[in-house]
Formats: sequence, structure tokens, C-alpha cells
Amino acid sequence: MNQEISIQTADFSLADEVALLEQDNAIDGAIVTFTGRVRNHNNGMDVSGLTLEHYPGMTEKSLAKIINIAKTRWNIGRVKVIHRIGELDIGEQIVFVGVTSKHRHDAFAANEFIMDFLKVQAPFWKKERTEQGEAWLDAKATDDSKAQKW
Amino acid sequence: MIKVVFFAALREQLECSELTVSSENITTVADLKLQLASKNEQWQALFGNTSLLSAVNHDMVDSEQAIKSGDEVAFFPPVTGG
Repeated sequence: MNQEISIQTADFSLADEVALLEQDNAIDGAIVTFTGRVRNHNNGMDVSGLTLEHYPGMTEKSLAKIINIAKTRWNIGRVKVIHRIGELDIGEQIVFVGVTSKHRHDAFAANEFIMDFLKVQAPFWKKERTEQGEAWLDAKATDDSKAQKW
Repeated sequence: MIKVVFFAALREQLECSELTVSSENITTVADLKLQLASKNEQWQALFGNTSLLSAVNHDMVDSEQAIKSGDEVAFFPPVTGG
């Protein structure tokens, strides 16, 4: 596995993903992982969960493009991106980005880069369930400015 | 024919997830947007939203992007994954 993208309804195991990134990979001394979870509070409202929609086909293509750009900018080994879709409850894992590299700097930077661009380019949409009903989340301007810094 | 797909809040507001339109008189994404907006007042308001994003054959593009018969064009709100 050099790079893998998985869009799935099922949960994932951080330990299993790290094991896969490490397996038969003595060349890389660094593994950086990021896991995103469902928060219980957003925009001043209690959130009971959310539903994630995506654009099948474009999602995989856009993530592959982001990973390819990261590979041209940093000396990285393996990359794994998991994004869950469907109904998710508070505290559940939504997204995983794992990157390996020989030295830590490349894996740290590439992981954050992939996550920042996933946020503004990958076609996923969150709909929150709150006491007031369901509502689509608005995009954050801070996410755009974070991606632009790269 | 051009296949057009909609997602998330836009899909719900339009009450439509996909449709096909004739590629006649349409050369860019902007042309297609204008034609969709001409359907009624609600569609006009929704397609007049400047934050709307578009993709052609799964690549994010701007309104000047050329399109042709056989293409899949998508319109959707700013993305909120992660």
C-alpha cells in the first residue's frame, strides 16, 4: 500500500490503521496520524449527531489529487485517508489521515496539508441534528484561509 | 445531452438530485447555470448564489469552464467535510 482512500459508513480502528502503515515499512521512521470526531456543540447549539453526504467518484478523485500534490511537496512514504459517510453520533470518528515519512517534518506537514485541503476541496457535506431540528452546516471562512496559507 | 447533478442543501432546496439538459446553446458552466436559473424564481435565486461551487467530470471548475455533450456537471454548496 502506497496510498489508499476509503469512503465508508463503517468505523475504523486507529491501531489497525497504524499497523498497516507500519507493516513491512522499515524505511519510514515517522508516522503522523490525525483523527477527526463529531463534536457535541457547534455554533452555540447542542448537537446530537450528523449526517454526511458526498459526491461518489469526485470525492475519491479530489482526495487523490490532494495526496499527489502532497507527494510532490514532501518526501513522504505511505498515505491513508478514511472518511466516513452516513449517520454519525457524537464522539464517533469521522475522518482519518495517516502519513509516513523517513523524518518527522515531512509527515507532519503533509498530514496537515492533506487535512486542510480535504476541508475545502473534497465534496462532503455535514447536516447536523440539533434540538431545533436538522440543518446543513455552513462552510467556515477560516478553513479557506488555512488552505490558502500553503 | 449534459447530465447535471446537485448535492446537499442545494439538492433539497431544488427538490431534485439530477436531470439532463440538451447541450444546444450551452458552451460553458455559466451558460448552463443561466438556463437552469430560468426555470422559475426559486431556481433563479438558488443559482444566483455566488458561493455555489461547480464541477465538471469530477473536477472543481469555475463558471468559464467549457462543457459539451456527455459531460457530467455538478452544482453544490461550499463543502463541509473533515
